[in-house]
Amino acid sequence: MLKIGLNQEMVSRARKAAFQITNAFTWLFEGYTTVATERTVLRLMGIDGALKDGKPLPNVVVDHLVENSALQKGAAIWMANAMLKKGLTAQQVAEEVAYKGLDITQIPLASGEAILETLNPLVDKMLGHITAQKQKREELLAKYQPRPQPVIYVIVATGNIYEDVVQAKAAAREGADAIAVIRSTAQSLLDYVPFGATTVGFGGTFATQENFKIMRKALDEVAEEENRYIYLTNYASGLCMPEIAAMAAMERLDMMLNDAMYGILFRDINPKRTLLDQYFARMINAYAGIEIQTGEDNYLTTSDAVEKAYTVTASQLINESFALMSGIKPEKMGLGHAFEIDPELENSFSFELAHALLTKTLFPDAPVKYMPPTKFASGNIFKTYLLNAMFNFIGQLTGQGVQLLGMLTEAIHTPHLADRFLAIENAKYIFKAVKDLNQNLCLSEDSFINKRANEVLAQATEFLEKVAREGLFSAMAKGEFADIKRTENGGKGLDGVIMKDKDYYNPFLEIMKQELAL
Amino acid sequence: MSKNIIRPYGDTLNDGKMQLSFTLPVSCDALGKEAARKLLLQTGFDEAEITSMSDLAEGFTHFIAYAVTSTSVDISKIKVKVVETPVMTMEETDAFVAEHLGRKITVVGACIESDAHTVGIDAIMNMKGYNHRYGLERYHSFNAINMGAQVPCEELLAKAREVNADAILVSQVVTQKNIHIKNLTRLIELAEAEGLRDKMLFICGGPRISHELAIELGYDAGFGQGTYATDVASYIAITLAKQKAQE
Repeated sequence: MLKIGLNQEMVSRARKAAFQITNAFTWLFEGYTTVATERTVLRLMGIDGALKDGKPLPNVVVDHLVENSALQKGAAIWMANAMLKKGLTAQQVAEEVAYKGLDITQIPLASGEAILETLNPLVDKMLGHITAQKQKREELLAKYQPRPQPVIYVIVATGNIYEDVVQAKAAAREGADAIAVIRSTAQSLLDYVPFGATTVGFGGTFATQENFKIMRKALDEVAEEENRYIYLTNYASGLCMPEIAAMAAMERLDMMLNDAMYGILFRDINPKRTLLDQYFARMINAYAGIEIQTGEDNYLTTSDAVEKAYTVTASQLINESFALMSGIKPEKMGLGHAFEIDPELENSFSFELAHALLTKTLFPDAPVKYMPPTKFASGNIFKTYLLNAMFNFIGQLTGQGVQLLGMLTEAIHTPHLADRFLAIENAKYIFKAVKDLNQNLCLSEDSFINKRANEVLAQATEFLEKVAREGLFSAMAKGEFADIKRTENGGKGLDGVIMKDKDYYNPFLEIMKQELAL
Repeated sequence: MSKNIIRPYGDTLNDGKMQLSFTLPVSCDALGKEAARKLLLQTGFDEAEITSMSDLAEGFTHFIAYAVTSTSVDISKIKVKVVETPVMTMEETDAFVAEHLGRKITVVGACIESDAHTVGIDAIMNMKGYNHRYGLERYHSFNAINMGAQVPCEELLAKAREVNADAILVSQVVTQKNIHIKNLTRLIELAEAEGLRDKMLFICGGPRISHELAIELGYDAGFGQGTYATDVASYIAITLAKQKAQE
């Protein structure tokens, strides 16, 4: 059996340091909320729809509460109070705020008990719906063939959800197990989630609840015919992390890109905003049984994949620790890594194999997610196709949970229909050809691969211990992650971070925490 | 045939053999195959042979074909626009700037508008550079300001004006529906409206950008795939030195 022997003492030290880093943020999680978190609460209470200019009703209500300095109690209390006093549904109250200038902060607050009585049925209804969606997924998974390892994951990105459906169905029939609908390129920095079905996007399609619903239905149809469950993936990242997680939970998406630090480092979103948003987003994912995936591949597209391999390991451990704080179980943590070493490097394959085994061994229960070559993919599609084959070889050999297939035209355009087919054909051939090869191989203890994996682990541990000593925010401000400097009070979305009152209440968060035993 | 007049080479000079692949919205059967062959013949190819077809599902089929073209090109009649300045190393550029300009060159770079992909601008500008070529931040002779992703054209121009930039570097990676053309055009139009166009060099780059396209869009230069900081730095240094000599 192909496996590496990791220095277990080093593994414990690394995990301990990651725990110190993430558990230093209880002050943040307990003391603050965000506009995105409160919009999520309103969505979970059943508020949907948008004004003519596209502004969603949850944004209208949250902006109204911010203007009246009332959000520190949380949106749920004000909304439930208005429902109670006016005898309206949550949607109707939101519409009165939007169209009739209703000021819900001027309605005298009812007793806590009365507000809870109004809130509880709404909370039960939505959490019941999300639980039913989770059960539906589990039933379907039990009914169809078992999950393959690795899962074949491909991307569609036409900008038009109806065109995406055609391409996604074709890919699923060709052998894809998971379909990710890439978002339109600017969406991560929008402080609202667009409404309705969309047909125009750039480099991808907007994540909207209606688009989720359309794609879910299409993939369920193909799954039925193919007798294979088709996983649907989207992105709970950017300024609307928890809102998108909530929509995904309602529409039974199966996997969500949901990294604790990606938005800070690679999208310049405020660190406090990001950590707060990921905390609630991940709790929703945990509650809904959604598998999260993290974006460690980004460290390697901006830095050298050998020199900075340890940053991937360090980030995986931080992501793991934050995920545990939100109740995500290891078997739902698709921690990320990537095949990005310069193919000109001698023995690059051995390095890649060492890094892939390190990830798999550190997180044995996690469906780790392996990202394809992008940095050294070029207009030479034949060479890129070969790189993808080597990447697929390692994916099967090391038992990755999810293999995001490389496209031979990666460096040229968003995938053409045939590019995806060729990628799936490549992966299926290799996965089958080397299916049980790892059972026949073993590494000697002094092998380069074994030493290299331990070397990266040791570097990661040292780095994590340093970050634990100085604190995550201070380390980020010094540019210690990905050579990018981010300050605690810099970046986008800081004005959406709000200190909670003593009587703040988020009913969904509280009940999820209870049920997830947090 | 003159040696300037050329045709594709398969395994014999001027045999005109080309390999092609494409997808048609057609079933994967004899009819589909014939449709693919006819398409090639109508495109002007001879001896079209479909060597493989694969069912892409949902009514699409992918074809791989070989065919012969009878057309040829006369390379003596072709003129291409390329960046013609020689490429210097970082040290050579620093020395060149010290000698010919005697001051630092200020460059402002960004991925403009909707584009969030900084890999290109980072490869050229960041300290680290790409593939063992340091980025402009590392150059003694450059003051490099990388504004990062999704920068509105207005902000980029405002910054360039504020720091009195010698050059603007724009990266466009996403090219779906020709969004890069729209973004690049918008920047140049705004620069012209604000009277900045002739005050600094406008340079664009990205995997689908060529020097020719850049000139066509009103830029001074364009850099495509395989470009390093050395190419861009040399071009800027030499062009500015030439402009100074002409003043």
